[in-house]
Amino acid sequence: MKYAYYPGCSAESTARDMHESTLAVARALGIELVEPKGWTCCGATAGHQTDQLLAVSLPAASLLKVQDMGLDMVANCAACYNRMKVANHKILNDPDMRKGVSEALGRDYDGSVKVRHFLEVLLEDVGLDAIGDSVKYPLNGLKVACYYGCLLVRPPEVTKFDDPENPVSLDRLATALGAESLDWPHKVECCGGGLSMSRTDVVVKLTDLIVGMAQAAGADCIAVSCPMCQINLDMRQLDIKKEMGKSYNMPIVYITQLLGLCLGITPDKLGFNKLMISPSSVIEKVEVSNYG
Amino acid sequence: MAITIKKARAAGGLKAVVEEMTGVELNVCFQCKKCTSGCPVAKLIDSRPSEIMRRLHLGAGDELLESDIIWTCVSCETCSARCPMGIDIAAVMDALRALALERNAPKQQGNVPLFNRAFLATVRFFGRTYDIAMIATYKIGTRKFMNDTEKFPAMLKKRKIALLPPFGADRKATRRIFKKVKQDKGGKR
Repeated sequence: MKYAYYPGCSAESTARDMHESTLAVARALGIELVEPKGWTCCGATAGHQTDQLLAVSLPAASLLKVQDMGLDMVANCAACYNRMKVANHKILNDPDMRKGVSEALGRDYDGSVKVRHFLEVLLEDVGLDAIGDSVKYPLNGLKVACYYGCLLVRPPEVTKFDDPENPVSLDRLATALGAESLDWPHKVECCGGGLSMSRTDVVVKLTDLIVGMAQAAGADCIAVSCPMCQINLDMRQLDIKKEMGKSYNMPIVYITQLLGLCLGITPDKLGFNKLMISPSSVIEKVEVSNYG
Repeated sequence: MAITIKKARAAGGLKAVVEEMTGVELNVCFQCKKCTSGCPVAKLIDSRPSEIMRRLHLGAGDELLESDIIWTCVSCETCSARCPMGIDIAAVMDALRALALERNAPKQQGNVPLFNRAFLATVRFFGRTYDIAMIATYKIGTRKFMNDTEKFPAMLKKRKIALLPPFGADRKATRRIFKKVKQDKGGKR
């Protein structure tokens, strides 16, 4: 299993924890990830809120690099994954856009590079049976609220990822790891990640609804697969405490971090120390239940 | 819901230009308001996605570009995913944002355009985002220096944010893209 791994800009900054846990888990499961040389930013929300040619050309520049490698692209950032898939979709369906992009890149790109999310690789290529067999330390009933956010599931006709209203991919993986995945209603509600800095007032309210609902459902932690969701749900709990006086202390962990723990990788190699809300309750639960 | 329509700069208002930019057909909207029901920000602000669709339909002009939803919309695309007529409402919001920038519509609370400019400036220069430069540019622009500063020490200690700028990106590629987009902008509308 060999893929072109597009880390995304946040992997080098606010989501090093996602990046480190992804690489550690891939190594443990025999997944080979090769970084495309010179990859560039996908433009994210700022790109598509500004100009459509920009929003498609930026991801296409990296897709073209992956095409030269002859591999499928794998992204673990839901935002990058989304922009890559949207770019392919627009290039395939809009000849004018394709022409504009080829002028911007100086080379034609046909929209054919297959884009996968790391979660899809885990579920479809590695498989839950193989992952289950590799688990050394199961999560032993850890109550996990799996949160998908927007960018994996929408637009559904483009990402084609699971069910757009009630996705279960993360839940299936968490269950295979021995967790109790919770039935809760906010799996695909938006946390407002794109406006975290520019409209903090709005975002504090949105994150409060999501974290509050997870707590009401009895969650020990929220498992995510998007760096925007992670930092937003994690860091904004400090503002919720300051402004609303609610102290959730809800750890927001990447599913790759939970998987890494189960595979026997030590927490320091999975970036657990980078989370703002301490995940020690999660780590302790796994360790105590496995070592007595 | 009372809707006031002012005289537009062109017959039919913004509707024709939005349809041309997005390829969506606005006429098929029958005001079921499913978009508004699922919109995470609609209840926090004054305008609603269904109202924007209706006002476009009725021939609204540039005054529509001042609606607070344009820069409060989080681009979650719940509206587009749930629209029974398959209207890509999120694409309409992108088009309205582009028009608001182009036509210098009055600035909205929160300075999302400034944030986007600061973000994209680092992408143009470094080929990838550089959070610290982006945040500094944004703070200088908004003059709200103290927001979130209490979180920086912990983030730096945890190395949750990169100090050094990104390296290794194909900067030539991104600069070429930005140059082409700027050229195209000059000739449009």
